[in-house]
Amino acid sequence: MKRASKWVAALALLAVCALRATAADVTLIKNGTILTITQGTIENGDVLIRDGKIAEVGKSLTAPEGAKVIDAKGQYVMPGIIDCHSHIAVAGSVNEGSVSVSSMANIADVLNPEDIDIYRDLAGGVTAANVLHGSANSIGGQTEVIKLRWGKPAKDLPFEGALPGIKFALGENPKRSGFSIRGTPRRYPATRMGVMDVIREAFSEALDYKKAWDEYNRRKAAGEPNLIPPRRDLKLEPLLEVLEGKRLVHIHCYREDEILQMIRVAEEFNFKVATFQHVLEGYKVADEIAKHGAGGSTFSDWWAYKMEAFDAIPYNAALMTERGVVVSINSDDASEATHLNQEAAKTMKWGGLSHEEALKLVTLNPAIQLHIADRVGSLETGKDADIDIYDKDPLSVYAVAQKVLIDGQVYFDRQQDIGQRASLEKEKKALMEKEKKAAAAAKPQGPKGSARKPAAAETAKPPVAAPKPQEI
Amino acid sequence: MKPRLIPFAVAALLMLALTPSFHTRAAAGAGAAPTPHVYAIRDVKVVTLAGSPVEHGTVVIRDGKIAAVGASVDVPADAQIIDGKGLEVCPGLFDAVTDLGLTEVEAVNATVDTTDVGTYNPQLVAMTAVHPASELIPVARANGITHALAAPLGGGGFGGEGEVISGQASAINLAGWTIEEMLIRRSVAMVVNWPTMETRSFDFATFSFRERPFTEVKQEYDKRINELVTLIERARHYSQVMDKGSVANYDRDLKLEALAPVVRGQLPLLVVAEGRREIRSAVDFCDKQKLKMILAGGSESYKVKDLLASKHIPVILGPTQSLLEDEDASYDQAYVTAGQLAAAGLKIAFASFNASRARRLPYQAANCVPYGLPYEDALKAVTLYPAQILGLADQLGTIEQGKMADLIVTDGDPLAIPTQVRYLFINGELTSTDNKHLQLYEEYRKRPHETK
Repeated sequence: MKRASKWVAALALLAVCALRATAADVTLIKNGTILTITQGTIENGDVLIRDGKIAEVGKSLTAPEGAKVIDAKGQYVMPGIIDCHSHIAVAGSVNEGSVSVSSMANIADVLNPEDIDIYRDLAGGVTAANVLHGSANSIGGQTEVIKLRWGKPAKDLPFEGALPGIKFALGENPKRSGFSIRGTPRRYPATRMGVMDVIREAFSEALDYKKAWDEYNRRKAAGEPNLIPPRRDLKLEPLLEVLEGKRLVHIHCYREDEILQMIRVAEEFNFKVATFQHVLEGYKVADEIAKHGAGGSTFSDWWAYKMEAFDAIPYNAALMTERGVVVSINSDDASEATHLNQEAAKTMKWGGLSHEEALKLVTLNPAIQLHIADRVGSLETGKDADIDIYDKDPLSVYAVAQKVLIDGQVYFDRQQDIGQRASLEKEKKALMEKEKKAAAAAKPQGPKGSARKPAAAETAKPPVAAPKPQEI
Repeated sequence: MKPRLIPFAVAALLMLALTPSFHTRAAAGAGAAPTPHVYAIRDVKVVTLAGSPVEHGTVVIRDGKIAAVGASVDVPADAQIIDGKGLEVCPGLFDAVTDLGLTEVEAVNATVDTTDVGTYNPQLVAMTAVHPASELIPVARANGITHALAAPLGGGGFGGEGEVISGQASAINLAGWTIEEMLIRRSVAMVVNWPTMETRSFDFATFSFRERPFTEVKQEYDKRINELVTLIERARHYSQVMDKGSVANYDRDLKLEALAPVVRGQLPLLVVAEGRREIRSAVDFCDKQKLKMILAGGSESYKVKDLLASKHIPVILGPTQSLLEDEDASYDQAYVTAGQLAAAGLKIAFASFNASRARRLPYQAANCVPYGLPYEDALKAVTLYPAQILGLADQLGTIEQGKMADLIVTDGDPLAIPTQVRYLFINGELTSTDNKHLQLYEEYRKRPHETK
């Protein structure tokens, strides 16, 4: 009896929730300049969102009763920005620097939903990001595409259904030309030859591993008794997934020669490179990249920070685009990600891309590169309602993101953010007072002076003068 | 697709029409003595930054200087004429702190001359290491940067490592065959990397962050400050000796000699400091020692803006497109700071602090406009204000008769991304916007389509 009533209560609650959900899950964005990316621009247009998906894009759409309405009059509505190369939301170091093949390490294991950079990048219009390891290793770790669902736990960050990836790295970083780790011997590889060899060795091993399993499965299917299966190899399994097309390969690279070498290695082992990352000399071998079918994910105008970036030019994105490469502009850096819209705009200046082509570099194109273009990257019926609203043309240096929606929910609202600042400041002050009091109460036991715990204000992190390692 | 090659195309045309007026290391013939030229930019919107803009005005340039400017100015018979119809001219952009000329490739030590060994190196002067042939200079120029403060930026200063005083910054024009041709002023400010109380630092040896106890860091910090006080007091003594003409009785000390203009209040300290505590401490130090201070970096300057305002300390901000280290700061604080400082009455400027990112300077300023910095202040903060802050406003920063002709002619708002620099004048010479990047673009655009 007791149990039954509990069930009834639970069901009733569910029903209420469901009702609420249907009523609240419709949002209409009204009267904005709608930059659809795939179907042109609609002046005074609307976007209707139902259950987290775009239900309709057009003019004079009507919202059902109870729907949320966002007035975007005078504002610009575009698909959420997708950052194809990010290191946000990672707990601890992004490099497993001990070995040059670290394919067993997985970013998904260390997602940190409390990283403030998630919110900061979200406020810059980024709704999805390809989160990768650093570039210390020839074969780095497994990558994860996330949505920037700030406030949700780690399990809710991954982009559902997106293919997992893996990061490779070529050139100066894996060969450690710029640095060495004190007290450790030099690590193989130390040349670009060595880097290519490490990748080839790893895939050769993976093929042997596959052979062992194929043999085991064949004999098992034939009914052979007492078989011992091969030992699972967590380093090689992701590489097999690459060969089976179940895992995307993102390759950190700079120089034209290493890009071509990598294409040869990929073709030797019969897999496709999903994206060349940074690919600052991609403009020199754009035809070959296009022919292989890889995307190019590059920076807008960074250069000269290292030798292999000395021929980097801001025309790179435009030149690769001209030759048929699907190109995106990425951040590689939480700060850069806050203004990717502006970085895309620079390709109009350097190389003459059109307004639409420039916008694609941070929306549809990265979606294509990450194989999620059926879900995001443009404002089309059926796609996820991941949407940015800017006060001006998003390619203007003066544009500021006003609202950012993911799955139809508002995750960032500039006015709300500003409105909360005073109360947050007050709350922080109160907490610091409390901490001070607690510290004072705990103090008398220690020896005079030496045990002094710095007040919160002192331990709070001021900006670091030490350089952040660029381009990890 | 129609690529926008206006600067190059126009430049090429002009070169034909006006040979040999182009001032570029690549274009001018060997041995050709640079002869002064006379130019008149006609029918142009003149954003003088000294009063309201003049629509359809004329700017006359002679012998490196602005000879006349206004709505009704006669065009001299010997002037090469530039049609400014639909264009605007404003002072060239001033990168107020950078390592342009001192750094070629950041990660290649052989090409970096910003940081020396030792802790106190006031005797070092940036201009003695500026490389006129740096590939980075024409790249910056192509985006409207005509002059810069080349600064030995030292090594940070965490935990006593790196230079605290890293030398004298030099103001340079971004064109010239030699440093003498480029030089605006040899010594503009003494760079001090204020020691930090930061307990967390990035260690390149292990490629990871490391934490140190606050007490340990504070001890080192206090030691550094005491050393600084001692050094300044010694310099003051040395300066007095110099004044009395009795310096011959002493061993000459180039370090103390270099600090003499500082203690006399002639040369400002360019104090690179980010955190609130460090800024306060630097202000207190300069106040007690009666030294002129310019704050550079200053990402937490907004927290001490009243203090800075009360002491009339100008702030060179940058790079503003970077997030703050303080997680509790508002997400947009890096953009908001400039407007807050300006509203508090502080003089501000923007700077790249990085040679390869100098071309982002106009966007650093523009980005702060929607967050409360008036547009005019943003433009002045990359032209006039840095000139004022660095004591060069008699020569630079506005389009006024008698000033050095460092000007850019653009097809629109000089701070906006799509705007192209159509003509560039440095020290009165029409200067090419050609650069390594444009050359590589041209070269690889022509690569035949791969067929194999």
